[in-house]
Amino acid sequence: MTTTQDTTTPSDKTSGVTYTPEDGLLLEVEDLYVEFHTPDGIATAINGVSFDLHQGESLAILGESGSGKSVTAQAIMGILDMPPAVIPGGHIRYCGQDLLSMPEDQRRRTRGPEVSMIFQDALSSLNPVFPVGWQIAEMFRMHRGVNKSDALEQAIRLMERVQIPAARDRVKAYPHQFSGGMRQRIMIAMAIALDPAVLIADEPTTALDVTVQAQIMALLDELQQERQMGLILITHDLGVVADVADRIAVMYAGRFVEKADVVELYSAPAHPYTRGLLESIPRLDQKGQTLAAIGGLPPNLMRIPPGCPFNPRCRRAEDVCRRDRPELREVVPGRFAACHFAEEVINA
Amino acid sequence: MTDAAVAEVTVAEPREGGVREEERSLASDAWRALRGNPVFWVSAVLIAVFTLMAIWPSLFTNTDPREAILAESRSRPGDGTWFGRDIQGYDIYARCIYGARASILVGVMTTAMAVAIGGGIGMISGYLGGAWDATFSRIGDIFFSIPLLLGAIIFLSSLPEFFNDNYFLVIMKVVLALAFLGWPSLARLMRSSVIQVKPNDYVQAARALGASPSRIIRSHILPNSLAPLIVVATISLGGYIAVEATLSFLGIGLQPPAISWGIDISAAIVGLRTTPHMLFFPSLFLSLAVLGFILMGDAVRDALDPKTR
Amino acid sequence: MPEVILSAQDLVKHYPIRSGVLRRVAGQVKAVDGVSFDLHKGETLGIVGESGCGKSTLGRLLMRLEEPTSGKVIFGGEDWSGASGRKLRQMRRNIQIVFQDPYTSLNPRMTVGDIVGEPLEIHSDVVPKGGRRKRVQELLDLVGLNPEHINRYPHQFSGGQRQRIGIARGIALNPSVLVCDEPVSALDVSVQAQVVNLMEKLQDELGLAYVFIAHDLSVVRHISDRVGVMYLGRMAELGEEDEVYSRPTHPYTQALLSAVPVPDPTLRGKRDQIVLQGDVPSPANPPSGCRFHTRCWKAQEVCTTDEPELELRPDGLGAHLSRCHFAEPRLILETVDVSDLEPDTRFAGTEVQDMSDLGAGLGAAGGGEDLGSSAADAGVERSSALHPDTDQAPQDTTRLVDEQPGDDRPTR
Repeated sequence: MTTTQDTTTPSDKTSGVTYTPEDGLLLEVEDLYVEFHTPDGIATAINGVSFDLHQGESLAILGESGSGKSVTAQAIMGILDMPPAVIPGGHIRYCGQDLLSMPEDQRRRTRGPEVSMIFQDALSSLNPVFPVGWQIAEMFRMHRGVNKSDALEQAIRLMERVQIPAARDRVKAYPHQFSGGMRQRIMIAMAIALDPAVLIADEPTTALDVTVQAQIMALLDELQQERQMGLILITHDLGVVADVADRIAVMYAGRFVEKADVVELYSAPAHPYTRGLLESIPRLDQKGQTLAAIGGLPPNLMRIPPGCPFNPRCRRAEDVCRRDRPELREVVPGRFAACHFAEEVINA
Repeated sequence: MTDAAVAEVTVAEPREGGVREEERSLASDAWRALRGNPVFWVSAVLIAVFTLMAIWPSLFTNTDPREAILAESRSRPGDGTWFGRDIQGYDIYARCIYGARASILVGVMTTAMAVAIGGGIGMISGYLGGAWDATFSRIGDIFFSIPLLLGAIIFLSSLPEFFNDNYFLVIMKVVLALAFLGWPSLARLMRSSVIQVKPNDYVQAARALGASPSRIIRSHILPNSLAPLIVVATISLGGYIAVEATLSFLGIGLQPPAISWGIDISAAIVGLRTTPHMLFFPSLFLSLAVLGFILMGDAVRDALDPKTR
Repeated sequence: MPEVILSAQDLVKHYPIRSGVLRRVAGQVKAVDGVSFDLHKGETLGIVGESGCGKSTLGRLLMRLEEPTSGKVIFGGEDWSGASGRKLRQMRRNIQIVFQDPYTSLNPRMTVGDIVGEPLEIHSDVVPKGGRRKRVQELLDLVGLNPEHINRYPHQFSGGQRQRIGIARGIALNPSVLVCDEPVSALDVSVQAQVVNLMEKLQDELGLAYVFIAHDLSVVRHISDRVGVMYLGRMAELGEEDEVYSRPTHPYTQALLSAVPVPDPTLRGKRDQIVLQGDVPSPANPPSGCRFHTRCWKAQEVCTTDEPELELRPDGLGAHLSRCHFAEPRLILETVDVSDLEPDTRFAGTEVQDMSDLGAGLGAAGGGEDLGSSAADAGVERSSALHPDTDQAPQDTTRLVDEQPGDDRPTR
């Protein structure tokens, strides 16, 4: 990929609008809210989420199903179905420009060259009736106006880059002719085709076997280093996070309950939920372990309990937790947690 | 992707929802959805009115539909009668009311028969698979390839005279013809929905428990595969009514002295330009009856299909 | 070692591939291709492997949900692969299954009471008709659900609760073996531990033996006494949990273990990582010789021609079953024995009750009290209902976690 090697600063290649990150700051999400208006009521999927993403940084957003982690990714990409989704407040700034207030056609041109995404289910994300090479080439033709044969040539090089064996022979193959791991590689190739500055990976390996998962994560890591992309890794797997991410944000019921450097978070979690999660997973390198489980279930997003949303499941909860909602605050330098007793938890 | 987003939200929903409302069966959920749907109420009222007409026509009119007053032949609506009189001098309003019985009878009985045959055969071929499935599917395909109207014409004209003896036999002959040709589509539908339900883990669990095939069908497969059949049967009930009218119109379905909208429409054709009301009223009743069942089918589908909720 | 209760002998399941107009058999998908193992009373045998290795088919063969192409399943000394009719039904009481997907394993049109009560209706002689409802409530209580929810429908429960219902159905007839096909893989991390703890509690109290099929190596290590690793329809390695995880001798096991991410960022880049090339070959056309040779870094000429036997091979400390010509132990990750450590229960607990309904009641005080007392009331009747065939009842059913392992249970 000689053509893209030098473009470490992101810029729009077709419309002339250029995006330049200031001090490497790519993405700024500020106090974001997302609601789903359903016939049964309003579900608050994201409830005031803020974070930054810099060049070459990888941020993991960790959460269980219903925590709002995928909705966050979709809100950044601008692919939420609205309605039923509504964004009642917040900003998503890419290189200083607010994506939410941008006209739709300008925003559409950011998808691909600036911000790009990989999905969990590669089979349903690829169009089954077109050859994979054609689908990758289409990215170059659409966004860069490259002619057909050059685009196909670039697609082949990209397939080689994501280590698809015999790429030149398989460029005309259809998605169903590839294995799950190979399809995910094709998805990655499409996502990085236009050299985005930000790559969002939404559970990229959840559907894959563990040996294939290791291959894909290694590839993603390598590509990120090589291109200095900002990577947002959405996952529920504490193991994957530990292997890849620099920073981690733990999400619960639509808010960040903890945000920290990965090493620090794993060694001393500052929120009871994070702590409970770490204690509830069986570890491959331990035997005779007694699993401790977090009791109960995450709350219904239409009826998030007052006070701290985690309080019904928290063994440390006191009256104040049922009354006052704790804000995400800096407990010790660089460590943020939304818990009234964060100091106590971090030192426990 | 957005499906995933919504799913993420809705998955969390029943968790606490269940605490408040005990005993929410899918049927009661469906009823809840139906209750709030205006289309359901419109169609329910239509169907109720037509059914009442079929059972108890004297509730709607005191006039004898076979009382011909030739002197007032072709009189217009309002000239002593609501809908006017036809070429024989029959009261059109009374004819329309009494015509409902044939239509509803044909519709309901044909549907019942087609559901029984089609549903049963679909269940057998879907559940047993293999050679049974192949045989029944091919037989169904053969019937499927016969055009409904053409097939019915041939079938009806080949029946012995004895079928024209009384009202019920005349109705039965039309019912037989339509059910005979209509079951394959229902069998296909049933087969595919049984095939969808069968590999579900709850069916496997019942097998693992040693449940007998009849038990598996009765409590696991049937309740979960019936919904599409109900929907399509309701819609095709309207269709059968229309086909009955068509056959009667062509003179091979019901025949006078039976009273049917199709017969009246056929008789009204002569005065299409001069006395359009003779054509208009039976056609209106026919359309409303067909519409009622089709709308009902749509409403039931919306209620039974969890994806629309 | 306690007696062998279930034994698979050279189980084979081939699915024909048909093609062409005449639907002629064009080949065979060798889903399970000669698998043998013994399951002892009260133990857990974990079966791990990647998708397509045949582990789920194996579970279905054990359950007689599929007919084996060849081979035998011996249960309590009797071959039940040929059984049918009354005998098959009788045997089904002793071996039951829990499925992976909590959303398709329960009939959406039946109430929980009907679902859990169905085994009792099918085997109507186990509990007399009048006692069934009570027995169902006891079962719900046993799996940590509120017995008053007997009239609810599956969709009113969460995934974890549904899995508990599936387990209650599985143990309703007091089986001695429970086949668990990925029972926790569809659940969220925080709910997984609840279900795993429940399964361990039930094993202690009821003396169940589990065949625990899963792709998650960490969960399998946690729950299993012995572990079998499957690759392309065959057992690649089989041994005690510690033997397979601490001293794996088969290259595939080693690669599998090294690929599992460990939730400890300080180990990043320091672990022995074996990245396998390529994908698993198709089971319709498995490689000749050793099935793993196409991806193996140790493969030599002999591997492509001669299939190694699954036999005892030295692992550095002793020997366990492995199917590799060049079997040698390799330390993939240092195992820490934490069995003496008391779990930190300040933020997460070890109780097995489902606590979603307790809501705010679950605070620092611990929310299990209400349920605990009601369970104590039912305790006496329940123990007799649980073990209608034996006089031996579990000592104390109200305890949340068993401190001393059951009598029949091998020490781990």
